Amino acid sequence: MTPMNRRLFPVLAGLSLFFFVTAPVIIIRAPYESTMGLVQKIFYFHFPAWMAMFLAIFVLGIASGLYLFRRKPAADRLAVAAAETAVIFGLMGLITGPLWGIKAWGVWWQWDARLTMAVILELILIAYLLLRQYGGAGSDRLAAGIGIFAMANVPFLYVSTEIWRTVHPRTSVVPTLPVDFGIPLWWSFAGFIVLCMALLAARVRLEEQRAALDRLYLAVEED
Amino acid sequence: MNEFLRVAWLVVRKDLRVESRSRELLFTTVFFAISCVLVFSFGFVRGGRAVEGAAAGILWIAVAFSGTLALGRAFERERHHDALRGLLLAPAARPAIYVGKLAGLLLLLAVVEAIVAVMVAFLFQAPLFRFPVRLFALLALGTIGFASVGTLFSAMLVRTRSRAVLLPVLLYPITIPVLIMGVSGTAVLIAPEPDLAMARLWIGLLFFFDAVFLTLALWTFEPVMTE
Repeated sequence: MTPMNRRLFPVLAGLSLFFFVTAPVIIIRAPYESTMGLVQKIFYFHFPAWMAMFLAIFVLGIASGLYLFRRKPAADRLAVAAAETAVIFGLMGLITGPLWGIKAWGVWWQWDARLTMAVILELILIAYLLLRQYGGAGSDRLAAGIGIFAMANVPFLYVSTEIWRTVHPRTSVVPTLPVDFGIPLWWSFAGFIVLCMALLAARVRLEEQRAALDRLYLAVEED
Repeated sequence: MNEFLRVAWLVVRKDLRVESRSRELLFTTVFFAISCVLVFSFGFVRGGRAVEGAAAGILWIAVAFSGTLALGRAFERERHHDALRGLLLAPAARPAIYVGKLAGLLLLLAVVEAIVAVMVAFLFQAPLFRFPVRLFALLALGTIGFASVGTLFSAMLVRTRSRAVLLPVLLYPITIPVLIMGVSGTAVLIAPEPDLAMARLWIGLLFFFDAVFLTLALWTFEPVMTE
């Protein structure tokens, strides 16, 4: 996996750079939304950030399962990488959301379904990282358990918060967007997904180097 | 299957016997739950009356808080003289041990909830017992959901450092759906105009949550607890 990963990162990083340099141009050219005007353009970064977070959570859940049941160290490294990446994209969503909300709703925060769910998912991911950081020896296996539970929790959070209350626009607006709004959205979307994969690759590589360093230390001490 | 239930029952009996000698968990948890309800009353009582709709939240938060306390203590006990290691080394199915610990905790929490529910109904003038069967279903399913996740987390944290603080840190975010479903379900039952269809929906959702997370816990207990 290592050599492939080494070659994968520059490609992904280059691609995401391309998307992020061109995205502003495309977003500027997109028409203004009739009621919200300029502020609606946050959408082109807000929605893809959340999608990238969900991708990372999905990777976290699958990798955790692989580590727990197959004992593959590579899966554990991927799980840490995915959790940290998910936290980063979650933060992006949580920062762009209130910026949009203050203009569109007049308040920074509402106890709406999506917002509640977002904040809880972010909490779960941070809890996962706290466990890895402060759990001490053997916490990698426990963290894998948490990773599986985090992924399994997504549908329940979705349903329970959705019934609880909703003012946030539904995600079902996305496929029905007019083409003028759709092109910049999917452009940014591709950029965020590729960036997410690039970060994952870089972070996994860091973990691999750490593991290799640990092995070398052990080898030196044995001599 | 009989063997599985026998092992689970042995674990429950062991916990009950330990508890009957000291009554430590029962007394401390019940007292803690009562203090919780009293502390909330200072936050939610205005002009001698409880803020409308606060009762459901107070009931569930008291259950969640005292549940966390009980979960932590139940496994702290297993640390003495490496009791947990002995338990895990026993020639028995690991999931059965999990089920035994879970059942013991559920018994304890049932006692706590009986007291807290009566207290909340009494102190906050909430018509909690207007639909006793539905309230029972909500509390039972909610507690199973909360405790099934909690028992697994608490068991796996036994060996880690800073477990006292990590248990609530991990448990609350993951069990928030239980809290939302439980509080909302109770709230529609005690509302001036009870919405029974909504209550049924929340009970059904809790049932699904329990089924998924109990399965996951049984499935992950073995690999998580293996050293």
